[in-house]
This record gives sequence, structure tokens and C-alpha cells, in this order.
Amino acid sequence: MKRRERMLRGLDQEIRDHIEMATQDNIDRGMSPEEAHYAAVRKFGNVTRVQEDTREVWSFTWFENALQDVRFGLRKLRKSPGFTIVAVLTLALGIGANTAIFHLIDAVRLRSLPVRDPQSLVSLQIKGGNHGFGINAGDESLLTYPLWEQIRDHQTSLSGAFAWESWDFNVGLGAQKKSVIGLWVSGEMFRSLGILPEKGRFLTTEDDRAGCGTPGVVLSYAFWRTQFGSDESIVGQKLIVDSHPIEIIGVAPAKFTGLEIGKAFDIAVPFCSGPALNSKDTNLSRREFFWVLVMGHLKSGVTLAHASAELETLSRGMIEATVPSGYSEDALKTYHDFRLTTLPAGGGISNLRQSYSASLWLLLGITGLVLLIACANIANLMLVRSSVRGREMAVRLALGASYWRLATQMITESLLLAGTGAALGLVLAKVFSHTLISLIRTEGDRLQLDLSLDWRVLLFVSAVAITTSVVFGLAPAFESLRKEPVDALKSGGPKTGSRQSHAFQRVLVVSQIAISLVLLVGAFLFVLSFWNLTKVDPGFRQDGVLIAYMGFDKMGVTPEHYDDTARQLLAQIRSIPLVESAATSTHLPFNGSWTSGVDVGGVQGQSKFSWVSPGYLRTLQIPLAAGRDFNDRDTATSPRVAIVSQSFVHKFLGAHDPIGKVIRTAPEPDYPAAVYEIIGVAKDTKYTGLREETPPAEAYAPSTQFPAPGPDTAVLIRSSAPLSAVSAAVRDKVTSASSEIDIEFVVLKKSIEDRMIRERLLALLSGSFGFLALILAMIGLYGVISYIVTLRRAEIGIRMALGASRKNIVTIVLGQTLSLTFLGIAVGALLAPLATRGAAALLYGIRPQDPFTLVAASVFLGSVALCASVIPARRATLVDPMIALRYE
Amino acid sequence: MSTKEEKNRIELLQGTLDLLILRTLLLGPAHGHAIAKAIEFRSDDVLQVEQGSLYPALHRLLKRRWISVEEGTSENNRRAKFYQLTTLGRTQLALETSKWDKLTAAIGRILRPTEEGPS
Repeated sequence: MKRRERMLRGLDQEIRDHIEMATQDNIDRGMSPEEAHYAAVRKFGNVTRVQEDTREVWSFTWFENALQDVRFGLRKLRKSPGFTIVAVLTLALGIGANTAIFHLIDAVRLRSLPVRDPQSLVSLQIKGGNHGFGINAGDESLLTYPLWEQIRDHQTSLSGAFAWESWDFNVGLGAQKKSVIGLWVSGEMFRSLGILPEKGRFLTTEDDRAGCGTPGVVLSYAFWRTQFGSDESIVGQKLIVDSHPIEIIGVAPAKFTGLEIGKAFDIAVPFCSGPALNSKDTNLSRREFFWVLVMGHLKSGVTLAHASAELETLSRGMIEATVPSGYSEDALKTYHDFRLTTLPAGGGISNLRQSYSASLWLLLGITGLVLLIACANIANLMLVRSSVRGREMAVRLALGASYWRLATQMITESLLLAGTGAALGLVLAKVFSHTLISLIRTEGDRLQLDLSLDWRVLLFVSAVAITTSVVFGLAPAFESLRKEPVDALKSGGPKTGSRQSHAFQRVLVVSQIAISLVLLVGAFLFVLSFWNLTKVDPGFRQDGVLIAYMGFDKMGVTPEHYDDTARQLLAQIRSIPLVESAATSTHLPFNGSWTSGVDVGGVQGQSKFSWVSPGYLRTLQIPLAAGRDFNDRDTATSPRVAIVSQSFVHKFLGAHDPIGKVIRTAPEPDYPAAVYEIIGVAKDTKYTGLREETPPAEAYAPSTQFPAPGPDTAVLIRSSAPLSAVSAAVRDKVTSASSEIDIEFVVLKKSIEDRMIRERLLALLSGSFGFLALILAMIGLYGVISYIVTLRRAEIGIRMALGASRKNIVTIVLGQTLSLTFLGIAVGALLAPLATRGAAALLYGIRPQDPFTLVAASVFLGSVALCASVIPARRATLVDPMIALRYE
Repeated sequence: MSTKEEKNRIELLQGTLDLLILRTLLLGPAHGHAIAKAIEFRSDDVLQVEQGSLYPALHRLLKRRWISVEEGTSENNRRAKFYQLTTLGRTQLALETSKWDKLTAAIGRILRPTEEGPS
């Protein structure tokens, strides 16, 4: 470097001397001094260029040029802040939204579990699900514990089969008591997953033996860190779990947060501790309770299909060995037909994945389109700029800049934009993904996703940014390469000579408008779909209802008195002045399901069954169509009575008068066969959710006649007072009676809204993206129309000089807009039905090809487009004919 | 400079300028203008040094250490940079000259095959 500087020092002096000497020579040959000087300069050529070329001999030119380009680019971008801000924001929004969505998809979908050989991890399930047989703690992938014992002892196709299930536990005592996410695990789990403890040891098959008591608890890394401040001497200490002190035997590594995506565990205890932790808990022996997940690794060389086939044959014996008792032969036929099969589980279990993956991919598609529009926009802006900068380019070419240098200059500028946009986009992505998660997080579902930035997301963003920058960086570069510098110099500004770029820009704008229309149609559809959903009448009044869940198993109440205790609690709540009405129910709206086989006058079928206290219908404001409500004379010993829904009447009784008819229920464990007399008919209510098309047959029976009361109750409370005040009053009342009662509150309306999160998310995001796309497309349209107006200034000047009115001019410009817009809308209208076809399953109450939506979106887009072109149209009318003509 | 004169002039081939500079400097150190002038003079003004390429060429040679540069005083008593051949440059010149001879001979044989034959 030093040598280079020494060599180059005095180069300009040297060149000046050179020219002077040449001048002197010319004078000696008899030229006049002036003539001599010009001849010498002419002969020498472009001084600056010579200097540059000479310097270039010495340097890592590309590096210096790049630096210079960057500096120049920055200066250029600073000089036109409007352009820069629009471009950078456009990119940042596009890249940010894409990254956030990709991030979420990655976290929910793409990542494999951090365990040994996740590809061979499979879960064992009943083929085709259990068809609602027995009692289900979750979806149909669950098995009973006795079935797991059979699998553990008899299966041969898997190595290290294990069972687990997540469960809510309370840890701590008194005021420190808090609810945590726990795991029941079989002794094989940790060894089979091949993870090593951070501290201490994991639970083993030695620990997990029937009647083991409480051999130990394993903490998650996060729980150890947040609750124990990463205490080094944690192993050997005690943790109070559900009021039982258990020895902490180990801590899981940070990377292992459980097998369920979005639900990180806090503590893990062995299944065998179940009876010790809850004296009444007989889950381990229940043959009708489906609650455990069974997984294992495929033995090497065994395919999924092979393992499934083997398991299907073997499972016959396992099923026969675990037939539950207390069911009718009919119901048991379903059970006998169960067979086990294997499904890949390397990505972990995820309810999130099931409920959101379609929506997330859809959103990624949407954001992809937005990014496409954003890129088109940038390209458009750059094109307009490069044509406005045509003169600058021409001057620089004439001054000896090479085409290549100009092209790299343009590319540098776009890379600068893309880089800034991407950096800002990354920041936005963080904000977006946190917002997204808070949007899909509900009170009941503490969502925890690993959103630390990983290389795949980074790669994705960089790929997007670089592709984008190259896409829009090259277009203007080509543009300036194609132009003859002399032409550009002569015209002194943007010229009609660039007809072709003009056409390219039109294509860009038309495609932008087309894509925007597709996105707008999508946005309209999802917003309307969400609107439809919120307007659905569930058959009961959602607002003003508070649900209080109360558990009193710590009070030492004996099972015979569970029912009395629940009734006393209800009476206490009813005595609160704020409470207008209150009732208990074994089933809460849109929460779980209880189905019973019934026989009504020979017609057999299934009906939902809920046991409710008098006042339930009044509290939810479900109208009674006929007969009477329950009252205090309906007791445990009085004849069994039922209120049925209209659907029930329709299904089982047709046109017969339902009052006085008799329902016979099929027996189930804890629920012996019973006979109910119908005393009333209630209006239908939606049972499983707002999207339910036809309400199922439903029957209500008095809570006093509930055959299987537990140490808990759920009270629905109606009040017109603020529900926070009501919950405070209820808590006071209940805990003053006994501090041993656990109480939790849920606002009914909120819980129903939480169930519409997917729809709300889609409506909100597709709405905002549709809006964003619209703005971007309008910026693009505005840019192009302004550009066209500038190009046609002379023509407009002539027209005005020849007597065209302002109105004529406006008509011309708006005509241009309209033709572009119509073309875009036409293309978009063709594409929209194709694009929205896949969204049918996510929509409610509206078809993806809804013509009204298409028309509305088109009209909306068209009118916004008109507005966007009003400013350039007005500017066109301000053209002074004289100036415009002179300019030419 | 009339048009007629210009017609007789030949633009230098790519790379030959380096060779000519080296050859010129074989006569002794010279500054830029002198080198250009010498080339034109010694070719009877047939070869025109594209002066824009002179300085990049000089620096190319400097970078390869075929020539070196020194401050000196020019004929009209002005300070100027004088370029001179290094040992490495001399070797290179010999090499390049023989290459050039081979090249011109070969091209000559192709262009005028008859002159070589006896008839």
C-alpha cells in the first residue's frame, strides 16, 4: 500500500507537466499558444479518466470502487429521503412479515425434537381414532394406561417404547402455591430419548414401579433457573408437588422442553406416583380413560409400514386383555375392533401444528405475495429514478465512466436499500412474531415457543433480501446500459425514447394491482368470515357470564358429601348481591363433551348429557320451549327427570309430544343404566363450538341426580356488574368459608373468543396484509402515472397550446390509470378464485368464490386507484405549455 | 494535424505499448512526455501513443518492478519523474522482444506467403 502511495504521489502534477510540455512542442511547431494548449489536451485525453485508470493499476479496485459506490449510494439515498424511506419501509415490512411468519412456521412445524434419532421416533395410536369411546382427556391420539402396560410388555417392533402425558400440578404451599405444567412419564422415557441430565439423574424403570410412592421429580432447565436461580445444590432438595414433598433427583438440559411443541414442561414425575399424589386417583387402572401418549423408536431396519402391520396383528391380544367393564355389549364392539398403528412423531406432538399449520402456510403465501408487490414497487421506484437520472448517467458515461461501473453503482445502491430494509425487517420480524404469539396465546394455553433466532431464519431473510435487491437492482442497470448517452444528453431529461421501460413498468403495475386484488379478496373473505362467526347465535347469551371452577379435594370432604359441598358453594355464591343468577353444570359451553347411548321409545342413538342445577337455563338465557325447569324438589331420591333440546325431540320423537316420554341410558363405568322422564324442552344451543352446523341431541338432568360427583364444581354466574368485581366478591365469599378451596375464574365470552383465535388471527393479518398490499400497489401506480405524466409533458403542453381544456388533460391521465387498473383487476379476478380455493376450510359462512366479495374488492381497489392518480393528473393540468415546449 | 496525416497513423496493439516503453527506456531514463515523444519520433510518427494509456502502462510496469522511478530535472530545468529500466525489466524486454519477433514473423508468413517461396 505504501509503495503505491509513493508511486502515485504527484501524478496530477506529472500529467499537468506532460500537457505543458506537449503544448510547448506545439508552439515550437508554430501553433498559437491557445491552439497549442487545446491540441495538447485533446491529444492527452480525459485527465480524470487517465488518473483513475492509473490508480486502478495499483489497487484492489473492486474494493475501492465498492467503498466509493457505498459512499456515493448513501449520499444519493440521503438526497432523496422520500424515495429512500418508502423503499426501505416497503422492504422492511415485506421482509419483516415474511420472517415472522416463517419463524413461527419453523418453530411450530419444521423443527425436529432435540432427542436421539428423531426421524425414527413414532407414536402409537388407535387406528382411525377411538371414535369417542370412553372418556378422553384430549384428542384421539391417546391410549389408556392398561393398554400402555400391554404395549410395554408385548410389543416387539419398537425399541424403548415409553408413555407420557402432560398434566397440571400445583407446586409449593399456601400463598406460594402455583400451577405448573407437569409430565407423567414412564421410566423408559428419558433413556429412550437419549438425553442426558444437566444435573443429577433422570427417572428410570427402577423408579417407575407400581406402588412406588414418590421416588423423585425431575425439573426442566427453565424451571430450575427461574424458580431456584440455577441452584447448584438442587439435587436432593424437596419440591412440594400437590402437597407432597418429593425429592428433586435431576434437571433436564436446556434444549429439552418436552415433547409437545408450544407447551414446555416444568416438572416430570413417574406414572407410578399417581396413586401417592392423589389418593383417589385410579387413572392407572382405568380401562376406559384415554389419557397417555405412547411413543418409541423404530428398530433399525424396520420401516413404519412394517411396524404398523406388526403392531396391528399384536394389538388384538392387547385390546382383548384390556376390555373395560360396565359397558353395554354394543358399546364394547367398538372397543374390540380397536387396532394399534404407528405414526411418525419426530417433530413432537403439537396441537398448535394441527390447528395452525394450514393458516400459517396460508399466511406465508400471503406475505410472500406482499413481498412480491414490495419488490415490484422497489423496481418501479428505481426505474422511475433511473430514468429521471438518465441525464446524470449520460454525463457520467460521457465523462468516461464505464457501463460496468454504472451498473455496479446501481446494484450497490439497491444492495444498500435491501440491507437497510433487511436489518429493519429483522427488527420488525421480532416485533411481529411476538405480536403473533401474543395473538394466539390464551389464558388457558400458556404458549411457549422457542423463538430464538436460528440460522435457517437468518438464511431465509438474507435470501429474500439478496434476491430482492438483485431483482430490482438489475432492472435499472439494464435500463441505463441500453440508453445511448448522446441521446440522453440531448434530450436533457427523461425522454420518450424509453418506450420499452415504460412497457415494463406498466407490466409491473398491472401485476401489482392483480396481486393486490387477490390479497384484498382474501382479506375481505377472512374478515367477513370472522364477522360471520362473531354474529353466530349460539343459542345462549355469552356476555355477562363468569365461570368459577372450584376444587375442594384438600378439604377432606368424603365422596358422599361432594354433592352437598358443591351445593353449599353454589348457595354461597347465589347469596352475593352482585350475582343475578348462578348454576352448576357438568358441561360448560364449547368445553369437552359427554355422550351417552340412549333409547327413547325404541329409537336408539346418542345424546349429549349434562347435569345442571336449577337456574342453569336462566343463567345462560336458554329459552324453555315447553314444560318446566328443574327445581329444588328434583333431588337425588326423586324420580329421574330430564329436559331435552329441540334437536333431541326431532331426532328421537319426531312429531310426538315429548313431555312425559322416557329416556333409557346405556350403562358406562360409574354411570349405571338409568331411566329419565322428559319434563321440558329447551331451545337448541351449539354444543362443541360456534362453527357447529347442526346442534346435537342434548339432554339436561338435575345435578342432584349426577351419578359420579367429584371434589370439584363449576359454577356459571350471571351478573350485569363488571365481572372482575364479581370474581373478587366470589373469591372473598368462598375463601372466607374455607381457605382450602382452589378457585379459578374464566369469563365465558372471553373463552369463546379465545376459541376463535385462528379466525381472528387470519382476519387481522390478512386484513392488514391486504391493506399493506393496497398501499404498496397504489404507491407503484402513483409512481408510474407521475412518470408517464412527466414523459408526456411536451405532448400535454402541445395539446394545451392547441386548446385542450384541463378536463381533457385530466381525462387523458385518468384514462391511463383506468386502463392499467382494469387490466390489473381483470388478471386479479382470474387469479383470485384459484388462490382462495385452498382457504375454503378456514372460512365460515362464506364461499371462497363468493362473487360479491370479488366485486366489492374490485370496486374498492378501482376507487383507491383513481384517488391515487388524481395528484399526478392535477399536476399534468398545471403544465405551462410554453415552458413544456421550450424544454423540448 | 491534417486528416491525411492521421490516416497514416496506427493505433498501438494492446500490450505493445509496454514493450515500446521498455525499449525506449533502454536508451536511458526518461519522463512521461519524453517517452511518448520518443515512440512517435522513432516510428516516424506512424505510431501514436494513446496518451491516456501511457500513465496506466507506466504504473503497470512499476508495479511489476520492470521499471523504477526517480525525481530528476528535465531538459528545461524542471523537476520531473524519470522512469528507468530495472534489471528485471531488461530481462523482460529481451524476452518480450524475441516473442515479438516470432509473432511478427509468423504473422508475416501468413499475410505474404508468396514472398517466402522461390518464385
